Amino acid sequence: MPPHPTRLVNFIFSYCTDPASLEGLQWLSCYLTTGKHMSMYYAFGTVLLLLAITAPVALAFGFGGASAARSHFAPLRWFGKAYIAIVRGIPDIAFFLFFVIALDQGFEFIRHKIKCPDWQEPVRQGNDFVVCTAAKLPLGNAPQWVHETYGFALAVLTFAIVFGAFAANVLFGAMRAVPHGQLETAEAYGMSRRQTFWRILVPQMWVYALPGLSNLWMVLIKATPLLFLLGVEDIVYWARELGGSKQPQFTDYPHPDWRMWYFLALLVFYLAFTKVSEVVLDRIMARLTHGQATAAGEAQRKAAA
Amino acid sequence: MKNLILSTAVLALTGSMAMAESHSVVRLGTEGAYPPYNFINDAGEVDGFERELGDELCARAELTCEWVTNEWDSIIPNLVSGNYDAIIAGMSITDERKEVIDFSENYTQPDPSAFLAMGDVDVTTAVVAAQASTIQAAYVAGMEGATLLEFATPDETVAAVKNGEADAVLADKAFLQPIAESDAEVSIIGEDVLIGGGIGLGVRQSDTELRDKFTAAIQSMKADGTLNELIVKWLPDSATF
Repeated sequence: MPPHPTRLVNFIFSYCTDPASLEGLQWLSCYLTTGKHMSMYYAFGTVLLLLAITAPVALAFGFGGASAARSHFAPLRWFGKAYIAIVRGIPDIAFFLFFVIALDQGFEFIRHKIKCPDWQEPVRQGNDFVVCTAAKLPLGNAPQWVHETYGFALAVLTFAIVFGAFAANVLFGAMRAVPHGQLETAEAYGMSRRQTFWRILVPQMWVYALPGLSNLWMVLIKATPLLFLLGVEDIVYWARELGGSKQPQFTDYPHPDWRMWYFLALLVFYLAFTKVSEVVLDRIMARLTHGQATAAGEAQRKAAA
Repeated sequence: MKNLILSTAVLALTGSMAMAESHSVVRLGTEGAYPPYNFINDAGEVDGFERELGDELCARAELTCEWVTNEWDSIIPNLVSGNYDAIIAGMSITDERKEVIDFSENYTQPDPSAFLAMGDVDVTTAVVAAQASTIQAAYVAGMEGATLLEFATPDETVAAVKNGEADAVLADKAFLQPIAESDAEVSIIGEDVLIGGGIGLGVRQSDTELRDKFTAAIQSMKADGTLNELIVKWLPDSATF
């Protein structure tokens, strides 16, 4: 076996140059600051960023889907209902495995048609999907970060489509839960259909939508490990990779199977994150309830009075 | 979302300004979880026998190469759909795989596989762990009396033996040897098994140009003995050329 070359893998602490001589906390502090561990900490950021972008985008998809599903224009209504029904009915994992590859190939196929009209060979050659070099997405010679950003964008889009369908159903129900008298009053005041929708229906529906949406948010947090299926190295990938047993030949920090500890750390992270979410969502709920003609709104009014 | 698609499109467009011939960058896909062939080192980079080999092959073929990691399960589908250009992940050349992808000339001899177990186990009637979609898994499936237990990663196959879920694990001997050396609980048992036709680089069947470049580079490394040096360094139990 080759001796493991001594590298300057650690820049945080000066005493980390010879890990074999270290013990206890010093060893641990060096171990936890290797470049590989930095990749894991970076992955926490990736997951949070994914959630921060996906949540509003999925909500927008949901709002669009729900508005379409209750549209008075029949084809738009069919589209909205079909979107909700089809996406909700397909298992997430099938969606993530097949849809993303299809989406990626779809983009490349369109670019191929535009950029390489003279191309003679077929795009499907046996098992291979071959488009001209200029149509590759991202380009084959693009730096790695472009590939990663593209993969991340595909992940956001896929998550948004899946969770958008669930959000659409929640919002569709919430729109119908707004008391009909409110809408009739608006019409009696001479508001147009559009005005009624934006000024009366939308502001009041959130209080009915929030319990369902908060559920979705919790499920979305827990669904982030699906990222690895899309080629994005997420925290679960790193926990498995870092936690696996390591032999002294291949690392300066050999250790037995430590996956349990890494997954325990993930458990704490996810629990803490969902707990914080709950607190925040409760606050939003209290705010939205204010002045509403719901049981909770009534209770708030009485408590204040 | 529109903005995101748009910005990726803009990104891709600006990238294509620097038009280049095919394979200006060759993306090498590996698993990064199978030492000594390929693994992620402390610095978080791909390392191992295939890292050194791949870098040398790219230098000889005058290619700019970039390393990408991908899960073993989907390593072939992602190659054929064009997410990277070659697989260099300890993948043995088999007829079954040849139906889907092409291989370069082999860069190792048919490598011995071995059984690793706690204590002495009769592998012919045991529960044997192996990584899914490997030649070892196919071999165990063909053993009469033995039960195959498949796992997604090599690490999990060894963990299964240690926690008693499986009686033994079948994997490349070069992978198991360091584990047996550093862990007193497990040892290599029984006779080595010779399966597979050596390891090669996997490329798309339509990409004969890249396959020929790699094969030429492998042949030149075989001719001047540098490949044997790498094999002796990283895979001490394997036969040289």
